[in-house]
Order: sequence, then C-alpha cells, then structure tokens
Amino acid sequence: MKWSEFFTSSIGKKFVMALTGIFLILFLIVHVGLNACIFATWFDSEDHGAMFNKAAHFMGANWVPRLLEVGLFAGILLHIFQGYAIEMKNRSTRSVGYAVKLGNRGSKWYSRSMGLLGTLVFLFLIVHIAQFWVPSRITGLEETIIDGKPYHDLFARMVVVFQAPWVVALYLIGCASLLFHLLHGFQSSFRTIGVVNKRYMAIIKATGVAFSIIVVLLFALMPISMHLGWVK
Amino acid sequence: MEHYNMNLTLKVWRQKNNKAKGGFETYKLSDISSEMSFLEMVDVLNEQLIREGQDPIAFDHDCREGICGTCSMYIDGKPHGPWHANTTCQLHMRAYKDGDTITIEPWRANAFPVIKDLMVDRTSFDRIIQAGGFISVNTGNAVDANAIPINKDDADASFAAAACIGCGACVAACKNSSAMLFVSAKVSHLALLPQGQPEHKGRALNMIAQMDKEGFGSCTNTGACEAVCPKEISMVNIARLNNEFLGAGLTVDN
Repeated sequence: MKWSEFFTSSIGKKFVMALTGIFLILFLIVHVGLNACIFATWFDSEDHGAMFNKAAHFMGANWVPRLLEVGLFAGILLHIFQGYAIEMKNRSTRSVGYAVKLGNRGSKWYSRSMGLLGTLVFLFLIVHIAQFWVPSRITGLEETIIDGKPYHDLFARMVVVFQAPWVVALYLIGCASLLFHLLHGFQSSFRTIGVVNKRYMAIIKATGVAFSIIVVLLFALMPISMHLGWVK
Repeated sequence: MEHYNMNLTLKVWRQKNNKAKGGFETYKLSDISSEMSFLEMVDVLNEQLIREGQDPIAFDHDCREGICGTCSMYIDGKPHGPWHANTTCQLHMRAYKDGDTITIEPWRANAFPVIKDLMVDRTSFDRIIQAGGFISVNTGNAVDANAIPINKDDADASFAAAACIGCGACVAACKNSSAMLFVSAKVSHLALLPQGQPEHKGRALNMIAQMDKEGFGSCTNTGACEAVCPKEISMVNIARLNNEFLGAGLTVDN
C-alpha cells in the first residue's frame, strides 16, 4: 500500500480528521487555560488583567508557541478541508433519499450534523481571529505598562469588544456549536484511531463529555463576564 | 395476545427497473390478520394485484426465519421495521393496528442499485467478501476442533461478529451509506481467532479498498447502524476494523 493510497482511503481520511481533531482538542486546553487568567481579577483587585496580558505576551513573544501556532493553523485548515471533502463524498453516496427518515431513532442529531456544526465554528473563528489575533499579531494594539514594561493590552481589547450584545450572542452561538461538535468529535476521534478496549473507551467517553461541557462553559463565561462587568 | 383483523393503507415504492424513474403507489388492504407475518401480508397484497391483472411487488426473501439476510425493506423510516433486533421476515402484523398507513421503501444507497421495486442489488457485499473475508486452508480431513486453544472471550466476541447476516440494514440506515458495520463484523470474526491471523493485514486493506471502490461512504460513528442491526452487531467492531486497517496500513512493507 502506497502512502497516497493510505491517506486517500476512507479510513485514512478519517484518521487525519481524528489526529487533527485531537490536536485541536489539546489546543483548546491551552487556549481556555490562558484566557482563564482574566478571572485573576476576581482574586486580586489590583490585577486589572495584568496576568492575562502577560500570558498573552508569552504566547506571542516566545518562539515555541509561535512555532506551534503555525502547526495550529495548518491543523485547522487540514481539519476543515478534509472535513468538507469527507462530507461531500458521504453526501454523494445516496442519490435518492428516503421519504420517511430514520432521524433520532438511531443516532444523536449532533452526531449527524458535524459538517454543519463545524461550519458554524469555522464562521465564528473568522470573526474571532479578526477581532483578537489580527490586532494582537499584525495591526497592533494599545499598550499598557505592567511592572515597568510595555505589554499589548489585549485585556482592554476584550472589555471593549464584548460590550456589543451581538458579539456576545455570536460567541455564545460559537460556544454552543463547539459544545455539540466536541460531544461527538471527542469520543469519535478515539474510535477512529482504533481504541477497541471497552474499559478505556468508557473513560474516553466520560472524559469527552466532561471536557466538552467544562471547556465550553469556561469559554462562554468570558464574554458574559466582560459584558456584565463581572470582570473589569 | 388476542387475535384481530385490520384494514391497512400501504404506500409502496414501485420502480420498473434500474433505469426507470420510481414512485410511490398506494394500496388498500382489508382483513389482515394480526397473526400474519409482514411478508405474508405483502404476499396477500401481491395475490390481490395478480387477480387485478397488475404487476406484483418485487421484494427479496428466502428463509423467512431471520437467518439468511435476504429480506430487506425500509419500513416507516427504519430498516426491517419497528421492532428491535429483528428482520423484516420476523416482523408480525401484531405490530400494527387497524387503520395504520405503512410506507415501504427499498434500501437507498448508490452501492445498492434498485433492481425492481423493493429489490436491490447487494452483490457489492459479495465482492467485499471476495476481496479478503476468508481464510486460506488446505483441504483434506477436518482438523481437530480444539487443536488450537482460543480464549473464551475472544471466541464469544468472534461469534457475536459472525452473527452478521449481511442484509445491508447498516448501509440503509447510515446517513453516509457506509458499509463499515458489515465489513467490521466480517473482519472481526476472523481477526479475533488465531486462524485469521496469517492474513489479517491484507484482509483489512483489501476489504476496505473494495468497500471504497463500491462507492460506500465513510464511517462517522453516528451509531445508526448498530441501532437497526437485526443481529445487534456492536460498533466496537468498527473500532477494531479501524485498528486493523491502520495497523496494517502503517506497517506493511509495500
């Protein structure tokens, strides 16, 4: 079997989806962990987003996260394009549909809607990257002085961006899409890479549900907290 | 359970041949016994059609006891009808009540082209089996059944996978028309036994290559196949097939 045959086979394509998916799941841990630094303001009234700005500065200044960032963009693009390729192929396998559908009798609606949910997350990502990543890395941000050194004031940027109710609504839609995408994708990716053992699969399933809910709740709490002034 | 008779309305997919455009025909049936099997009910309808000089409905059936995998029919949106772990031939009319409307469609998948009415061509499954769903042994006297010790759990899991009758309900139910539950059952029942080991790499690679060639979709682990399988084949087998395929695909020499 040539490598090209391996990666163009139906399971090979799914293997790439699973690996990039797991990589993106790992990224979510880093992302949610760093962003949770905004909640430092709850424990230290003198913080004013300093911990978060320092963490964000580290991600932009250190070469290790910058290198991983290249991998991240490559992983996201591969996951998206491969996902659409698989979705299109799968949609082409039944030219005449059923008059009466099986619907939820056999599977969860979100398991059948990974393409749609992924598209919603993708659309959200475009806005999200334009709002934070582009100003932080390319067009520039206002600076703030922490311990005598200048830092990009990404915290202030968040406070401003999340004042608009439509932005908060958009982020909550993005979070909901991510939640259901993860509820299926987390456990499905491990099945795809061939985890057969029932005891391990039980752990993976439970971890997947807990991970999806906790990570998404934390993300959702950020625009809400900033909008309602819980974090300032 | 008390016996009763019922009147029914049937909406059946009629299609002259593979090239013809099909459509639903509505039929009225009266005095159907609750003791009849579903296929006997269709037999009654066909007798009625023949008496009226019409073309009877073509449908697949053979053993009528749930072991051959020949019967199909997508009944009210579910392969093999409303009962769980059941083939169409084992479905009985006591599942319905007077006045019900039943919609019957053929399996829908481009890899299962319609031959006529409710009959579809499932030889794509045969070609997948021919690609690797076997073990090679010398003929001659049967060897002693217990010559090779086999772990009981593996033997049981292999037997459960071997229960697959190849009816194609998994493909019919899957939103991707994926044949992965079928292929995984066939790969698993051999891969779990020592006799299946010598050819296990080639088996997984060749059967998946044939499955892709036949135009089945890929598995997205939705679970619809497992839910409708008349033999309750587990999705664990799909994970095992992924494991077998990836293990072989990443390690074979050429």
